[in-house]
Amino acid sequence: MDETNVARGGVEPAPRVEYELQLYYWMKLIRAFEERVSRLHRQNKILGGVYSGAGQEAIVTGICAPLHDGDFVAPLHRDMGVFIMRGVDPGRLMAQLMGKETGLSRGKDSFLHGGDLEHAVFGSTSMLGSSIPVAVGAALKFKMKKDPNVAVAFFGEGASSRGDVHEGMNFAGVHKLPVVFVCENNRYAYSTPLEKQMAIENVADRAVAYGFKGHVCSGNDLLAVLELSERAIARTRAGEGPVLIECKTYRYRGHSEHDAALYRDAEELIEWQSRDPIPSFEFYLEKKGHDIKRIREQIDERAKQAVQAAVEFAEGSRLPEPQEALEDIYAPPGAPISPKAPNSSANGAR
Amino acid sequence: MEVTYIKAINAALHEEMRRDENVFVMGEDVAELGGAFKATEGLLEAFGEERVIDTPISEALIVGAGIGAAVLGMRPVVEMQFADFIACAFDQIVNNAATLRYRHGGKAACPLVIRAPSGAGVHGALFHSQNPEAWFTRVPGLKVVAPATAYDAKGILKSAIRDGNPVVYLEHKRLYRSVKEDLPEGDFTVPIGVAEIRKQGGDLSIITYGGTLGQSLDAARIVEKEDGLAVEVLDLRTLLPLDREAILLTARKTGKVLVVHEDRLTGGIGGEVSAIIMENAFEYLDGPVRRVAAADAPVAFSPPLEEFILPSTNKIVDAIRSLAAY
Ligand SMILES: Cc1ncc(C[n+]2csc(CCOP(=O)(O)OP(=O)(O)O)c2C)c(N)n1
Repeated sequence: MDETNVARGGVEPAPRVEYELQLYYWMKLIRAFEERVSRLHRQNKILGGVYSGAGQEAIVTGICAPLHDGDFVAPLHRDMGVFIMRGVDPGRLMAQLMGKETGLSRGKDSFLHGGDLEHAVFGSTSMLGSSIPVAVGAALKFKMKKDPNVAVAFFGEGASSRGDVHEGMNFAGVHKLPVVFVCENNRYAYSTPLEKQMAIENVADRAVAYGFKGHVCSGNDLLAVLELSERAIARTRAGEGPVLIECKTYRYRGHSEHDAALYRDAEELIEWQSRDPIPSFEFYLEKKGHDIKRIREQIDERAKQAVQAAVEFAEGSRLPEPQEALEDIYAPPGAPISPKAPNSSANGAR
Repeated sequence: MEVTYIKAINAALHEEMRRDENVFVMGEDVAELGGAFKATEGLLEAFGEERVIDTPISEALIVGAGIGAAVLGMRPVVEMQFADFIACAFDQIVNNAATLRYRHGGKAACPLVIRAPSGAGVHGALFHSQNPEAWFTRVPGLKVVAPATAYDAKGILKSAIRDGNPVVYLEHKRLYRSVKEDLPEGDFTVPIGVAEIRKQGGDLSIITYGGTLGQSLDAARIVEKEDGLAVEVLDLRTLLPLDREAILLTARKTGKVLVVHEDRLTGGIGGEVSAIIMENAFEYLDGPVRRVAAADAPVAFSPPLEEFILPSTNKIVDAIRSLAAY
């Protein structure tokens, strides 16, 4: 399951062609993983809430691909793909969803609240927006210690209404910290449409008020996200301060698997599905001369196997013992304060 | 007609909004969606979007704006989508709302209700399971209520809306659809600050509220049948202010008290109830006041962990037997 390694750098720069095929694979793997999770949820194999990011794969893929080892990422409830992109074993992710002992939080929490600091992925809480100040703090550390790293924080347009988001961005602007804020604007926060969330069109417009640049792109266009993210990450890494990237997108499924999303009209969904990031990218690959039919078959098979392996790993793992509920509340004396930090590396994915 | 706990809350909102045009509802997804749990269903259709307001995801704003409207005579009922998110509005509640009257020399009031779906047992994990009452029960100026029956859910909510103070109204998610009863027609209220005996008994008292009332009653019935023990069950209903008289009455009557709550043990209400009894009814006791509560851990996700952490009927039965044998 280590084919994801390329994303974290440290590997020989791959030629562009291979890189693009790898991006395609990631999007497909993330979609396949999420679809399997939705199905498992319907089969009652996953308890608790499940929040699908289907339709938003291009954002996670485009943002994470240029990151280096040691770059700090704070994902959201729909960003299962971040874990995969950062090299977290999909099996452990699946085990997390099933409450198994081999999950990231050892059964303590559901879904994405488990982090994996060995892969520099910060586990969020449910309190939306609360990881924005944390990412800013990680960036503060990078600046203090002159680390060649950046922090990336994902958030929704809904979460952008929280004070924590404002407080974090303001401080990042004041100190020109190496942090990239990524807003996944999928038009709805649970049932609340964009127009009831804010009086302006773009979250990115707010960056001005914090003293840095905000950019808008189509979150369904992998190449558009990638181009912005490569540039933003490179500039932020070079010490030019924070950037806000807003990716316009749409979530296909309800807010959670329990939500039939009756508050939005079916046509809107169909309209957005016609702009699905995956076929768009396939079209691009085809235009470049790839035999997309053959590639799709191969990659679908690879993704299917990776997901199947993850499910088997998770299903084969044990549930935690009851008394383990009292473990991991405090760090034992003498325990290392920081996790084994991944090496910062100068190499990008290419 | 049998009405569920959640329908009782919904009915109270409808009736109070009809009765008083100053009552309005505000929170995330409360209008068109009718609330994440459907507590505010139908309000938008009945009262329009001026009085049923979908807010951005801004808990500090939701409570703070509620305070602003309340000091000017409105009666806002605001919703935290889950009680856990109330932490995001903590400053507004404990510093702004709770001290408001005091710092205005008694010349202002804050008739604000903050509804918060609390409690565990639905696989909500760390951030969708909390019982935040102890964060608030040491804040003078606030009232904190935790109804356990459909009748109380409706009657206490009506009282909270008519009260002149900020009230944190904790509704237990697990009870929403599992608890139901026949409710009388027409208007009724249940007073804040008054506990209620749910079952009479002379051998031992259980003092409880909210999510653990049902478990306590089940446990009392089991030991009655199997051990011949007559257990009295007192439902506190209001956690701030506590009904000290009712607590002492039952303690003096039975001489053995078990306090049961789903909130964590350390720093929970159980400690306060126990101290009240120790200070005022020590000479009546035939044994130590004991507590059954959640373990001092976050409420974990995985079923064996969650079960280990939370109180249950079996754990209460064991505690009753051990205390009875003392
Ligand atoms: C502080 C806080 N308030 C409310 C919620 C409940 N909640 C969870 S997700 C959500 C909508 C989030 O919308 P957005 O930030 O746009 O992200 P999306 O789900 O659309 O990806 C809400 C209201 C929460 N998790 N945290």
